[in-house]
Amino acid sequence: MNIREILNQRILILDGAMGTMIQRYKLEEEDFRNEALKNHHKPLKGNNDLLSFTRPDVIKAIHRQYFDAGADIIETNTFSGTVIAQADYDLGQDWVDMINFESAKIAREVADEVTALNPAKPRFVAGAMGPTNRTLSISPDVNDPGYRAVTFDELVSAYKQQARKLIEGGVDVILIETIFDTLNAKAALFAVDELFEEIGKQYPVMISGTITDASGRTLSGQTTEAFLISMQHMPLLSIGLNCALGASALRPYLQVLDRNSPFFVSAYPNAGLPNEFGQYDESPAAMAKQVEEYCKEGLVNILGGCCGTTPDHIKAIADMAANYPPRKRP
Amino acid sequence: MTTKYTLKLSGLEPLTITKNSVFVNVGERTNVTGSKMFLRLIKEGNFEAALAVAREQVEGGAQVIDINMDEGMIDGAEAMVRFLNLIASEPDISRVPIMIDSSKWEIIEAGLKCVQGKCIVNSISLKGGEEEFIRQAKTVKRFGAAVIVMLFDEVGQADNFERRVEIAKRAYSVLTEKVQFPAGDIIFDPNIFPVATGMEEHRRNAIDFFRGSKWITENLPGAKISGGVSNVSFSFRGNDKVREAMHSAFLYHGIQNGMTMGIVNPSQLEVYDQIDKDLLEHVEDVLLDRRDDATERLLEYAEKVKGKGKEKVLDLEWRNAPVAERLSYALVKGIVEFIDEDTEEARQQFAKPLQVIEGPLMAGMNIVGDLFGSGKMFLPQVVKSARVMKKAVAYLMPYMDAEKLLAGDKSTSQGKILMATVKGDVHDIGKNIVGVVMACNNFEIIDIGVMVPAEKILEAAIREQVDVIGLSGLITPSLDEMVHVAKEMERLGMKIPLLIGGATTSRAHTAVKIDPVYSGPVVHVLDASKSVPVAQSLISKDQLAGTTKRIKEEYEQFRIDYKNRRSEKNFVDLAKARANKFVVSFEQIVAPGFLGNKTLENYPLAELRKRIDWTPFFSTWELAGKFPAILSDKVVGVEATKLFNDANALLDKVINENLLQANAVFGFYEANSVGDDVAIKLPNGSNETFHFLRQQNEKAADQAYMCLADFIAPAAENKKDYIGMFAVTAGLGIEPLVAAFERDHDDYNSIMIKALADRLAEAFAEKLHELVRTDYWGFAKGESLSDEEIIREKYDSIRPAPGYPACPDHTEKRKLFEILDAEKATGISLTENFAMYPTAAVSGFYFANSDSKYFAVGKISKDQVEDYAKRKGQDTNYVEKWLSPNLGYEN
Repeated sequence: MNIREILNQRILILDGAMGTMIQRYKLEEEDFRNEALKNHHKPLKGNNDLLSFTRPDVIKAIHRQYFDAGADIIETNTFSGTVIAQADYDLGQDWVDMINFESAKIAREVADEVTALNPAKPRFVAGAMGPTNRTLSISPDVNDPGYRAVTFDELVSAYKQQARKLIEGGVDVILIETIFDTLNAKAALFAVDELFEEIGKQYPVMISGTITDASGRTLSGQTTEAFLISMQHMPLLSIGLNCALGASALRPYLQVLDRNSPFFVSAYPNAGLPNEFGQYDESPAAMAKQVEEYCKEGLVNILGGCCGTTPDHIKAIADMAANYPPRKRP
Repeated sequence: MTTKYTLKLSGLEPLTITKNSVFVNVGERTNVTGSKMFLRLIKEGNFEAALAVAREQVEGGAQVIDINMDEGMIDGAEAMVRFLNLIASEPDISRVPIMIDSSKWEIIEAGLKCVQGKCIVNSISLKGGEEEFIRQAKTVKRFGAAVIVMLFDEVGQADNFERRVEIAKRAYSVLTEKVQFPAGDIIFDPNIFPVATGMEEHRRNAIDFFRGSKWITENLPGAKISGGVSNVSFSFRGNDKVREAMHSAFLYHGIQNGMTMGIVNPSQLEVYDQIDKDLLEHVEDVLLDRRDDATERLLEYAEKVKGKGKEKVLDLEWRNAPVAERLSYALVKGIVEFIDEDTEEARQQFAKPLQVIEGPLMAGMNIVGDLFGSGKMFLPQVVKSARVMKKAVAYLMPYMDAEKLLAGDKSTSQGKILMATVKGDVHDIGKNIVGVVMACNNFEIIDIGVMVPAEKILEAAIREQVDVIGLSGLITPSLDEMVHVAKEMERLGMKIPLLIGGATTSRAHTAVKIDPVYSGPVVHVLDASKSVPVAQSLISKDQLAGTTKRIKEEYEQFRIDYKNRRSEKNFVDLAKARANKFVVSFEQIVAPGFLGNKTLENYPLAELRKRIDWTPFFSTWELAGKFPAILSDKVVGVEATKLFNDANALLDKVINENLLQANAVFGFYEANSVGDDVAIKLPNGSNETFHFLRQQNEKAADQAYMCLADFIAPAAENKKDYIGMFAVTAGLGIEPLVAAFERDHDDYNSIMIKALADRLAEAFAEKLHELVRTDYWGFAKGESLSDEEIIREKYDSIRPAPGYPACPDHTEKRKLFEILDAEKATGISLTENFAMYPTAAVSGFYFANSDSKYFAVGKISKDQVEDYAKRKGQDTNYVEKWLSPNLGYEN
């Protein structure tokens, strides 16, 4: 059964935060280095994507915990896997290729192992493509609003390379996520569309935007509906929202997507809002209770967690969601 | 209901177009081929004014804006990219979808890379063959845009019904079958050609467009119709009456036949129903090709209606109306000429003089208040109305005294409001404007002036039993003073509402710093027009509790949101910021013509006039828009022009009669930077150090964390560098002028003279800067810039002022004043909070390095504040008090 057929039958569960889980391992600089990176001139601690090959045991264990908690789909550990994001660490194309390929490969391995244990419940791997740290719609220079730190073509080329390696590593789906600038995401869509044409094969594409504050808009200023319209030119698997807000605050914008989206709708909010110490401290039960409101209203097809969520959160959400039918597309 | 054929577009907000939508108006003025003015702005690189054109269109109701940069003299792709990037930073423009208009594919492609929303490409066609058409359509689709298809093929443009059908059918099938282009995103432009040209083959140009549109709508599911309407009336250039009628008649029939959107200049459009019946018949005969002699008949008719301009008469007809109406007319129009005689006439009609005020005068002022409240009158008009009112009241005063009735009888007032500019601050234009507007709305205003300490404010509030206190201030230290006043009110157990206003105040500061310390209602008031409804709701016994609760809750929520937002802001530590300082070259240091100070006394005002930047003058009067475009603005243009004329008349008088005096002092000194400080050697051999702050808000990897000290050569490099300082004023002698206007109850001119003196002082700073560049310091001797370019600061070097974004610490101003001996040299004094008096004054530093530029320090973190306090030899708490708007942490 393919992912679309399953989505018609039940709510699928996406995994939770990767960064929050990695923090538990209290890793040090040397964990982020392998033999070849031993003498790299910049600190690499915090460049989590590297762990896919410097500490694959850690990443695989986290993937496994999310599957055990009930996730149907896990995201590859590639949020910053573009030449643009890795430029901060002075890591070039070869390292970026390795991040994406290895991350996809280990995620695939774990997914296949778990599927083999229970073939009735196939597990999927989503190749995660993050927003990068540059924006196409916003100038980083307050004195020159016309300036841009990156071009559309640079982003297309970076995303295309990332998607290519993710696919080579074995992902089932491409997930363009945490979109705060729609134009960046358009470049990502442009890139995967070109890539699919080149390799002669289409993969399902999931889109997930980020509403940055209570104004209900993306960082680049679009309303949820305008965002949906701007992303609608490809036959997407799903469109949804993640990050920035807690589950309750996200609900009004999911309602907009529910009303207007011809695609499946996804949501993976944060575990509440950060407290004074910048930590997310909403409990699994509290979060699941808020997310249950989505299910009661029939707003979503895919559910998961973003910043601050753990396997316990995903388990609570998965157990809850099992009691509800998925959203029906209009 | 949306279907798969719905055309969905987006800017920041969605726009949905179905077959049954009302006609979508596409703004056409941001098009270099259609607007000479826009072309000129783009050629000059004046993108700011070009943005104003776009903004005006959106405000005027354009639902999509067409942008075209096809002109041989400019780099079209570059201009398109720059303009679209700038638009992306203007939410009031980018909320609507963009139409990228070009006949050059590379410009279209460059534009598509800059637009986040779903836009429209205008246009592609089969002109270059099917292969190219498919390639372009595929790219458009990949960018997620809708497309306009011109009815054009390898043979030529479709110019009759059959060709329109032929090409539309072919293009539609290629798009939907070979490209899988969504049918709802296809918009045909079936070519609007001129009619009544005298050529036989043009007779059916309009009707074939209508028939073609109808055929497309009925036979090609989802396809939409668009077109540029003004083309149709090309033969009647110069005859607006016929053109306007023709446009609306064309549009009327176009819409009947399926036209969903189009490019129309709304100001060139008559209302269809209001077209003269005779003219309409002649026009429609041509459009619909109803008679053989239709063209001749319309040309003949056109001659008749041509040049029938409206005649202007000096309108004194209102003088014939009854006296109550005349009073109300004079109030609304701000006419003082007849007010004494009319007031006298009214006085004789009423039993008591007070009844004149309570009756016709208040009735007139109520109309003014309503018109202002609904945005149909603007601030300068209201201030003029107030002048009329005050004059009438002044006329009645002796009669009321005679009847032993006190002025401003309490029974008629909406409430009593105490207004003051807080201690340490001398700025009062804004406060006076609010006072006038409130007085117009029948509030009793007790204005206790500027530099008023908290205890005086509270003492006056209690003595006068006021209903509301309004605090005003312009400089940043006033923010703290306002917090202090609020704390004092709390301590005294007061409960009356507190209004906060003035340039540096904000909703954020009010919510986060003032509201929590006072249990009574505290409201930030954005501008004069907002002050009336706010005050009303706070004074009304019925509304007070509800309003207070609502505002307290709103601010509470704001504080929560603010806190959450803040915690996400990242700061780099001071060491990292310093390691990434702004690097400039010190290869070309020019020594100043002299070292030490120089004074300019009584500088000719006529010289300064040319340097006036008028845009801020209009914003003082709450008229929004850039000068000179504001003078022809659709909404405020008429009032802006009047205000501008009045300002120039007063300026003539000031200059001719030498009513204001402009003085300046400036100096240059040897200087080197030491970290974030600048050490200065004075000509007398002593030393002084200025302390600056560095940006700490986290930026992209290749961006510098700036500090003004970066622009001065470091001591370690052993290069002799220099810094300059200056203080100018153009406000000496203003007090007697203001007093005279106030005696005459003329708030309009009293505010005007202050606003003009401010402008002259700014102009003086600009002029002096120019003299410094080209002469006194002389690092830009060959500079040749126009007045306009100078006002737009197109030159090298900067003159940042202490207390403003690049060096936000006001306390550094004291040292600057001491070095310049500015009080003695110019007559400008400093208050205890470092505000300058006269208020029409500017002071600052000169940084000559050609790489120096303005920036905002923004929020800083504790490590820098502690370091800064240490460098200054001051207590951290003291420094925090002065830098409170810049603290990036809870204090």
